[in-house]
Formats: sequence, C-alpha cells, structure tokens
Amino acid sequence: MIAVGRRPLKTPSALPGFAATMTATLVALAVVVLAPLAALLLKASTLGFGGVVEVALQPRVLASLRVTFGMAIAAALVDLVFGLCVAWTLTRYAFPGRRLLDAMVDLPFALPTAVAGIALSTLYAPNGWLGAVLAKVGVKVAYTPWGILVALVFVGLPFVVRTVEPIIATLEREQEEASATLGATRLSTLWRVVIPELTPALLTGVALAFARGVGEYGSVIFIAGNVPYLSEITPLLIVVKLEEYDYAGATALAAIMLAIAFVMLLAINAAQSWTRRSLVHV
Amino acid sequence: MSDLAAAPRPAAVADESVSARGVLIAVTAGFLGLFLLAPLLVVAVEASNKGWSGYVSALADPDARAAIALTLVVAAIVVPLNTAFGLCAAWAIAKFQFRGKNLLTTLIDLPFSVSPVVSGLVFVLLFGAQGLMGNWLAAHHVQIIFAVPGIVLATLFVTFPFVAREVTPLMQQQGTAEEEAALTLGASGLTLFRTVTLPNVKWALLTGVLLANARSMGEFGAVSVVSGHIRGLTNTIPLQVEILYNEYSIAAAFALASLLAALALVTLGLKTFLEYRGGVARHDR
Repeated sequence: MIAVGRRPLKTPSALPGFAATMTATLVALAVVVLAPLAALLLKASTLGFGGVVEVALQPRVLASLRVTFGMAIAAALVDLVFGLCVAWTLTRYAFPGRRLLDAMVDLPFALPTAVAGIALSTLYAPNGWLGAVLAKVGVKVAYTPWGILVALVFVGLPFVVRTVEPIIATLEREQEEASATLGATRLSTLWRVVIPELTPALLTGVALAFARGVGEYGSVIFIAGNVPYLSEITPLLIVVKLEEYDYAGATALAAIMLAIAFVMLLAINAAQSWTRRSLVHV
Repeated sequence: MSDLAAAPRPAAVADESVSARGVLIAVTAGFLGLFLLAPLLVVAVEASNKGWSGYVSALADPDARAAIALTLVVAAIVVPLNTAFGLCAAWAIAKFQFRGKNLLTTLIDLPFSVSPVVSGLVFVLLFGAQGLMGNWLAAHHVQIIFAVPGIVLATLFVTFPFVAREVTPLMQQQGTAEEEAALTLGASGLTLFRTVTLPNVKWALLTGVLLANARSMGEFGAVSVVSGHIRGLTNTIPLQVEILYNEYSIAAAFALASLLAALALVTLGLKTFLEYRGGVARHDR
C-alpha cells in the first residue's frame, strides 16, 4: 500500500470524549510536569553549556558523580545476580512461603525511602544486628560508601525481579528438554538456552535499577555518612548547594542528572522493545 | 516401541537437581530475608523499644500529629487529582489512535525517571524567592515554596504517572467493541464510561490509586527540598522521621516510621489481592 500524504493527526472514532480527556491530559501534563522541567532548562540555559561543564568539573562534584555512578552500577550488578536467582526460584519452584516472598519483593516500591534509610542504617550501624556481626570481621558498612551500595541494592531489586519473572514464566520447557536430550548438562542448558532468552529482560531490569539508583536520595543519605569526596552522592550535593543558596550550581547539577535520566530512558526503551521482540520471536 | 518407553524421560533431565534447587531456594530466602525482612523487623523492634506508652506518646506529640495531619491532607488533594488525570489520559490513549501517542506516554512516565531531589528543585526554580515567578508571587503575597502548596505540587509531580500507568494497558487490551455497542444502544459518554469501561478496569484503577497514595504519603526527597522543614507546619511524616532520627530520638522516629511501614505492608497486601482478583476477573471473561 502506498501512503498518500501525511497520516491524519487522529483516526476518526465513534467514541466520545477525546477532545475533553486529551485537553485535560495535556493541561495537567503541562502544568504539573513540563512547566517545572522547562523552568530548570531555562535556568540552566542562562548558565550556558560552559557553565554547566564548569560545575561538573569541580572536584567535589566529580567525586560525587564517581561515587553515585560507581555504586549505582555495582548495586545494579548485585541485583542482576540475586534478582535472577530470586525470579527463577519464585517462578519455577514450589515451596512453602513462595507466595509470601513473591509479594515481599515489591516492598522497596512501597516502603518510603526515609523509612528504608533509617532501618538499613540502624541494621548496619556498628552496634546494629548485622553491623555488629560485620564489625567482628572488620567490615564497616554504615557511614561508608558500602552503605550506599546496600541502600541501592535494596531499592533496585524489584526492578530486576519484576522484569525477568514474566519472561521466565513464558519460557518454553521444550527447548530445555530438547537441549537435555541432545546431551547438554543442566548447567550448559541454562547458560546456552535459558540465559540468552532472558538477556533482553535482564538488561532492561539492570538499566531500570541503575537509573533508579543514580537518582536515589532518601534511603542513601541516612546510611552513607555523607562525607564530601568520599560518600557524598550527587542528589545530596544538589541539596547542599541549594542550602548554600548556590542556585546556579544546583541547577547545573540537576541539568546533568536530567540529561543522564533522559539517556537512560532512551536506553531502557530500546531494551524494552528488544524484550518485546524476543517475546514475539519465541 | 518398548525401546522408546524405556528411554529416560527428558523432563527429568531438564530440571535442576534437588540439591541445586535447595541451594537456590536458600539463597533467595536468605537474600530476601536480609534485604527485605530484616529492615521491617528493625522498624518493629525499634518502634516498640520504649513500650506501648512510649509508642503512643511519640505519636501523640503535637509535631508528630501535625505531620500526620499534613500527610493526610496532601494525599487527600493529590490522589483524587492524579486519579482524575490518570483516567483522562488512559481514555484518550487507550481508546483513540492519534499521532504522537508514544511521545505522550513517555512524557507521562517522565517523573519516574527524574531524581526526587530534582523533582523538588524544579519547583524551587519556578516558584522560589529566586525563581522565575518569585517576584510576582512575592508582590501578590503568595507563598508556594516552604509552604503547603509547594509540597502538594512536588507530590503531584512524583505521583503523576501511577494511575495512568496501571489503567492504560488494560484499557488498551480491552479494545473499543463494548463501548461502541453501548453507544449504539444509546448510552451517553459518561454513562458508557461509568457502566462499561470503569467496571472493566476497576482492579487496575484501585491498584494505581493505592500505589499513588503510598508514594504521596511516603515521598521524601522532592518534599524535603520544597518544604523548608518548619515543625508543626510544613513537615510531613517522612520529614518528621528524619528530624527525630537526626536528633537521636530513635524510638520516636521509628514509631512514626512504623505508620509508614504499616501503610506499605497494607498497600502490598491489597495490591497482591487486587492483582489476584484482576487476574481472576480477566480469566472469567
């Protein structure tokens, strides 16, 4: 079929209410989301590209970006390994308590970050239940960069589990059985048949966990210790600059975070459409 | 024939051994216990550290009560607004074909990708004393930042996608045939929405409302930036928890935090139940 002219803005429909609901949607979106974000971009544009880069290259900012990104990547990788294990176990095996554990996986979505922050901090403090045990082997978690890792593993876990679970549930057992009858060991089947099928979903989950980890604030600041150059995350540095009335600095940092979030959104969309394609393919 | 029957069943090979299963289940239970259960237990134990009377007096403190009241007020404003918006967006996106649909969906989901701190900062840059509209607001004696309107706006921003995101895919999946049938039978727009569309998506809608509510009551980063932390006036429960914790009023901090933890558990329980009901409802159709 040859497309003639431009596709119409809207395909005609018998159903009522398009104009009203679309207007309401666009107005709400513009007032609540787009106008405030535009204010940030406008303010950032007065600094210019050079001004933003100058802030980004401040040693304290660079250190915060390093620890934020480093820990977000590390946490996403921990979530990748354990999230896959959790998703596989909860989908494939039947055991008592499975449903309860499965419902619990969403806890980091539902528990306010401040509550998670003070709970994890109390847990891993040198006199806390886990902190005391770790202190005996000379490991300090709370008030060090490792505390950031713990908090980010917590908030990122459901992203990996919930992205991978549906794909595991739709895997066709016949492929695994075929692999087994052809003489592959179970481990080799998992590695060569199952993992490739799960790769797009795993990547999506890791990207979602990473994106969340980079922006996370509430659960981190209680456990991190927040020492500049060592355990100070970028979102906290924005707050610090704001409290010092350094609006330009805060804006530049926020613009950087927003640009990163935008790139991550594109990457996640790409990974998600790959997931969908692989689903259709199966 | 008998050879085939004697061959080992492939299904037995295509599974992990019993011991491997045991190890994986143990790792899963251990990891979830360590990262999910332990923090919840800490909240419960620390909140009850000073006994029942200590718990009650922590919640009865005037600043704590003001924080609880403010949190309820903010949720009571934000959740209905975002529910109405979410239903509008779901209707427009799910039932009609138009250009730019993907862009619109992406823009609605945008708040999920923005750091909570940035979500608060954008309102400071717009309405704060140094902000774009700061002079105009000051001239008209309107205060948004460091006041309740700022908290409401920041909470609206962070909970914006929840309802639309839960309802739209389900509405899309159900197509337009039932609505068109109702239309030919003479139903008006609102009637067909209320009697045909809404019953079909009610479980997803409830899930979205629950999640939006939990997030609006628990939001910390965005609200922290716009609130100004004025005790008894602009502190929500999470902000009051932070203040108490930093003052080493640990038991009082965890007493307030236990309210939010209980809210999270109730939300999770209801969500699990609603998803189960939604699954059953879809299965019956």
